[in-house]
This record gives sequence, C-alpha cells and structure tokens, in this order.
Amino acid sequence: MMDRKNLEDMKAKHRVLTEYSFAKKPLHRGYNDRTLYVNVGTLEIKEKPVSEEMKEKFVGGKGFGLRLLWDGVTEKTRWNDPENEINIAVGPVGGNTNYPGSGKSLVVSLSPLTDIPIDSNVGGHFGPYLKFSGFDALELQGKAERDVIVYIDGNAGSVKVFEAPDEETNSHLLAHQLHEMFADNDNERQHISVVSAGKGAENTLLGCLNFSLWDKRRNGPRLKQAGRGGIGTVLRDKKIKAVVVKFSGLNSLLNDPADLKVIQERGVKLHKEIVSLDSQQCRMRTCGTAHLVEIMNDYDLLPVMNFQYGQHPEAEKINSHVWEKFFTQNVPEGCWYGCTMACAHAVDGFLLKTGPYKGERVVVDGPEYETVGGCGSNPAIFNPEAVLEINFYCDTYGIDTISFGTLTAFVMECYERGILNKERTGGLEMTWGNWEATLEMMHQMARGEGFGKIAGLGIKKMEEYFARHFGADEGFLRDIGVQGKGLEQSEYMSKESLAQQGGYYLTNKGPQHDEAWLIFMDMVNNMIPTFEKKAEALHYFPMFRTWFGLQGLCKLPWNDIEPADNAKHPEPNKVPEHVQNYLDIYEAVTGKGLDKEGMILQSERVYNFQRIFNLRMGHGKRNDDYPPYRAMGPVTKEEYESRQERYDGQLKEKLGVDPSGKSVEEKIKILREYKLKQYNGLIDAVYLRRGWSPEGVPTVEHLQKLGMDLPELVETVKKHLK
Amino acid sequence: MKYLKSDSEKCIGCGTCMNVCSRLYFKEENPERSAIRVFTQEGSQKIVVCNQKCRLCVQECPVQALTVAKTGVVVLNKNLCVGCLACVAVCPIGAMQYFPGEKSPFKCVACGACAKECPADALEIVTQEE
Repeated sequence: MMDRKNLEDMKAKHRVLTEYSFAKKPLHRGYNDRTLYVNVGTLEIKEKPVSEEMKEKFVGGKGFGLRLLWDGVTEKTRWNDPENEINIAVGPVGGNTNYPGSGKSLVVSLSPLTDIPIDSNVGGHFGPYLKFSGFDALELQGKAERDVIVYIDGNAGSVKVFEAPDEETNSHLLAHQLHEMFADNDNERQHISVVSAGKGAENTLLGCLNFSLWDKRRNGPRLKQAGRGGIGTVLRDKKIKAVVVKFSGLNSLLNDPADLKVIQERGVKLHKEIVSLDSQQCRMRTCGTAHLVEIMNDYDLLPVMNFQYGQHPEAEKINSHVWEKFFTQNVPEGCWYGCTMACAHAVDGFLLKTGPYKGERVVVDGPEYETVGGCGSNPAIFNPEAVLEINFYCDTYGIDTISFGTLTAFVMECYERGILNKERTGGLEMTWGNWEATLEMMHQMARGEGFGKIAGLGIKKMEEYFARHFGADEGFLRDIGVQGKGLEQSEYMSKESLAQQGGYYLTNKGPQHDEAWLIFMDMVNNMIPTFEKKAEALHYFPMFRTWFGLQGLCKLPWNDIEPADNAKHPEPNKVPEHVQNYLDIYEAVTGKGLDKEGMILQSERVYNFQRIFNLRMGHGKRNDDYPPYRAMGPVTKEEYESRQERYDGQLKEKLGVDPSGKSVEEKIKILREYKLKQYNGLIDAVYLRRGWSPEGVPTVEHLQKLGMDLPELVETVKKHLK
Repeated sequence: MKYLKSDSEKCIGCGTCMNVCSRLYFKEENPERSAIRVFTQEGSQKIVVCNQKCRLCVQECPVQALTVAKTGVVVLNKNLCVGCLACVAVCPIGAMQYFPGEKSPFKCVACGACAKECPADALEIVTQEE
C-alpha cells in the first residue's frame, strides 16, 4: 500500500485544464459507434461518430487507428508535430472475457524511428476498459505545455485533462501511484488501467508505452508493452505523463454479443485445450514465449552477436528452464481476463544492482522471448540476472526491449571492430557480453546524456552518425545495422530463409515478426520452395495476422496451442479449427457472418490503406523494402566460415560454382549477388500477388477490387503509378 | 472442511438431487442448472460434484471471485466474477458448471439440500479436518 498522504499531496497539485462529460450508452454488437478525441494542446475534447462505412472498410483496432491518424495529419507531419496522434483502439471482438487472447489494444502513431505509421499491439486492461467506457478508439492529439494526465472515468462518463507535476515519470512507480490514486477502494484498483512511458522514452526515439493491469495476487500493477516504433517517445513529446481509464462492472455481456453461448462454448473448448495440451506443446503457462530460446538455438536461429550467428554454447544459461525457476509459478498470468494461455509471467522480489533504484526489490514483467533474444543472446549477455535487470529498466524507462537489444548488439559489433572505442563511447566498454556497460548506456539514455543519447537515436541514425563523425565505412554499417525502414529487426535469424527475409522486410511498418513467421515452413520443412508459394505465404499470413489487429485479438492462442488432431487436417500450419473459431466468435459478437475469404478481405483493405499511408508520407516503395545484408547472408569472413559447409554447398548446388580455390571474400561476393537476385525475384512475386506494381504501389484496379478506391487513396497511388 | 460426499454405489439415478439443487438456486427444475450431476456411464451411476479439495479453480480465477470460505467450501462471488469460465476448464472432474448464455458459472456450496432429499442415502454433508 502506498502512503495515502503522499498521494493526497500529489492530487492537491493537480490543476484541471478541461473537463468533458459524455452520455453513457450500451454497446451494440461489439461497437460503441463513437470514438473519443482529446487534444492536450488546444484542450478540445469531443466525440466522433463511427459510420457504417468506417466499420465496413476499417473494422476496428488498427484499422480505426490508421483511419483517424490519416485524417489527423498531412503528408508533411512529422512525429514531433502537435498534429501527430496516438490512437488506441480494440476492435469488435476484443474485450470479450471468454475467448483466450481477447484483450489486445492496438496503438498507432507516426513513428520517430521510421517517419511512417507504426502499429504496435499490447495487452493490459486499458483498451477493453476504454471500449466498455464507451469508445471504439481514443485519439490523442496536440502537445501540452506542462506534464498532464488524461483521465477517463467510464462509470461517471467524464474525461479530464489536468496538470500533474509531482507524480513519477518512470512507469513502475507511476502506474502504482495512479492505480492507488484513482481507486475508491481496494477492489477498484483492478478496474483501472494506466498508459505511461518513462524517462527513457523522453530522451530517446525508442520509447514504448506501458499498459498496466492490477495484479490482485501480487497486490501491485503489472506492465505490458506497446513496444515498437517509439510511440512512448511521442507520448512524452506531447507531455502526456499518463492516460488513465477507470471502468467497473466488467462482464461477458458488455459487448452485447449476438450469441454469447457460441463465444462461451468456443472459449471453454479452447480453455480446455490449453489446460490439457500446453504442457506438452509450448509450455506457455509455465514459461511464456521464453520457451522459444532453446528451440531457436537448436535450429541455429537465435540471434547471437548482432545476428552473425544462430547458436551459442552458453544459450542454455538463458533458456526457458532457467526462466521457469525465476518465474513465480502458480499464479494466473493472463494479460486480459479469460486468457488461460497466461503467458505473461513475472519475477517477484528481484534485487536491482544498478541505476536509480539500486538496492530495491521489484517485480520484473517477463522476460519474453524477444527480450531474451534482444537483450541476452544478441549482445552475448548470457547472464539471466543481467537480462532481468535490462528488462526491468527498459520497461520502467519506457524503452522498447527489441530496439534496445538489437541496437546494443550493433553498438557492440562496432566496438569490437574498432568503429567505436572507449573514447567515442565516453568510457563505455561495449564488448560482447558486457552487461554493466550496457546498463550504464541505458541509464545514460534515460538521463539523455553521453553515448546513450547517440545510441538512443536508433541504428539508422547511428549508421549516419558513425560514418559522419568517425569516418566509418557507411556501406559496412548499413550491412551490419539490422534495421529496415528505420526500425530495428526483432529477434530471429532470417539469413537462411528467403521467405522470412520477405516476412520481415516486405512489411508495412518494418522488420517485426507479427506479420509473418515463415522460417520453419520455409527453411526447416521446405513447404514453400518456389517464388509463387513463398509469395502466397507472404500474402496469406500477413493478411491473416493483420485480422487479429483489427479485432483486438492476440496471435498466440491461434497457433501456440493446437488441437490434438490438428495434424490430420489439410494445411495444419493454418490451424483450421482455430480459424473457424475466430469466424464463429466474430459472428457471435457482431451478428454478421464472415467466411475465410471475407476475413482476408477485411485485412487486405486495411493493409493496403497502411501501405498507401506510407506512400503518402514519402516512403513505402520498393527501395524501402530491402533488408540489410546481415539479414540475408554472411557479411564477414567469420560468418561465412561459421556456416562454410552450407554456403559452399549453395555455391555448388544452386549456382554451379566450384568453391575450391576461391577465397572467402570471393565466395561472399558471389553468394551475395545470388541472394540479392533471389530477393528481387521474391519481391516481384509478392508484389504481384498483393496486387501492387513492380515498384510496390497498390494499383487502382486492385483498390477497386477490394472496395478501397477511396478518392484520397486513388489520388495518392496515382502520383506513384507511372 | 465441509463437502458433499457422494456414494455412486447407492445412487439409484432418480435425479431428485438435481431437481432440488436447480429449484433452490435457479427456481426451476432443470438438471442443466444443477451443481450436482448424475448420469449413467457404462451401466452404472456416476455423480459429479465439487469435492472442495483441489481448488485449482481458486488458483486460476484472475479476479479472486472464487475463494475458500471459513468452512472450507469454495464459493463464487458473482459481483467480482467476469464470466471468463477458466474455472470451468481447469476443474479436473467437471464440477464447475455454467448455463450457456448466462454470465457466471456455478458450483456446489455444500448446502446439503440435496442430501436431505436423496431417497437412497447416497449423499451426505461431511466435515473433514484440513
């Protein structure tokens, strides 16, 4: 329990800038049919109606967020202009308490890392509580003069913006303060959710948003992250300290579903599947996504030393068996109610060794696989306690663990290769595995000081900086800086899977695995050997997965649990029974029938809209869709030699080139030309399948076919279709 | 700990217990609304009802709507319940029930109403040391 007097003192300093009341009305079939607009600069607050056309073409979630963002900005808007927005939305199916994985919020904004729209999905209670408070989306615009909190009381029907000078900025403290401050009694703490960032988000471009949930058993807040693309940085640039929602009275009928029985039946069936099969499948209930560490290491896919290698003998020090012991077991760990997959594990009572909270015992949310890959194996930090400390500070400072991990690995490689040295880093010895230096770099990021300030710009800007200031070879930096469109790649090795190179780099927002994860299908099981088959997979899976983001759903209960007889069905990699569940629950919520083709059409509309949004912002064409060579093949001699048998074999079998007598450098060059040619072939096939021109621009005919020939879209593509 | 002890050997499958239970808690005689379930399986009677012992549902409940009362009985606070039905799935014997289309699940609270009316003396309320 927090000191009540302190909270009262903080509250006494609040200065209400504006207040707004809204009429409470029940949802209809998963929708409120209105969104909430809050401008923290002009202090305008209003409701916007949601039209039938908006629902038909944009569905909800990411679709609503992008539509509102498009209307809020111009082609000249940059991330730190007041016009930029942070839009948070769930979706028609989201917020139901029965089907596992139904509590995702989708956040969109113009990204400080990429200058195009970013979308990031996150658990925690904010999105569903916002929805049941009465809004299908929250649109935040403007820039406050001093730190403000936006407070939405879904029961009272009010929105307030007030200055809040004394609350903490870092999330683990701020979230706790606000849960306690806005709850009228102990039980209400579970009816509150806080969106916040931290000092790291303020002083870098890597800011994430923390979405809280109150954990009754731990008697404290937990934090889930909308990690990617720097949205936390946008929040702090707007001088928003937090957005708080309160909603009491949650139950399974609030969506006004057309048929609750169906949702319950499918939900209980999946709950039972998870409870009975998870221990033999992914062990999500005991270790979460961290179970992937040993699998990736076994298959040579775990990023090691800035994606040079895919395995390391010390990986066992940070695999799931280690985390299983750290994680406090036997507590439900869902990030939304009704998720028995319960992958959101935590470490209790962790003693911090560095930084402003040194000596304190804290709860660490995670680590999840991406954090272990990014902040463990990639910078070669095979020390679980160090990974936990990095995880904790990333979260509370509001820094994305994926961008932080990938850029730390990049910095270390630059240091090891002499591009950086102690003088250039201001004394930080960024050698492989140096976790103390890594944490110091992070504390510098949070303070906006020293080398941390440069690293906090992200890899793309570091490449430019190192070339300009340190005379480093820009081409080499571009080869080893594992980013696309300005976004750091997430933590899988794509080098040996052409399809996954596409899965990462033929994406709308940059190399994040949430669009497509095709490595096993492509590399391990060889199921998609031709360009056409790869292109089909790079059409279907990104579209299918986009659908989760339109509905407010989590991807994990789709294929991280499989029915016992899944393998007997055609196309088991699509998990057909679970796809049918999604169609059924969509209909059971909205009352509208949907088939598999309709599902893909819903996604394709929004996917193409986002692609065209990129074009509108001056990006999103073919030349933006290439990976750095490190993500495609061996850049250096050591990398070639680590997989010499494989690469020599490729030269012989695929190119008819005899590798004997050739130097490694020659072989690297030949292989590189081949890999680039392959990638170009893949782009051609994928663009064709997606209905885009060879330059990656959606064609007018394709937009007409999708029913997306909206005037603003046609006008934009026409400028680029020559 | 108080619980409803059942003896399926004695059960004659008359269904009185289900009628008593559903009438008491849902004002209708409907086996689908009964916290105790009796059915025939492979020629013999089977009784499914919470034994109050394993408490996996209590552990799983994300809102602590399921708690163990002083008597040792697992009880549901419907005001806290969000209707996720995770408890239904984790119950190893299928004793946590829900009626399709209604918000909250339900279970035996060892009230003993059924035991009083069982014509075959197959049910009794027992108190056991924890």
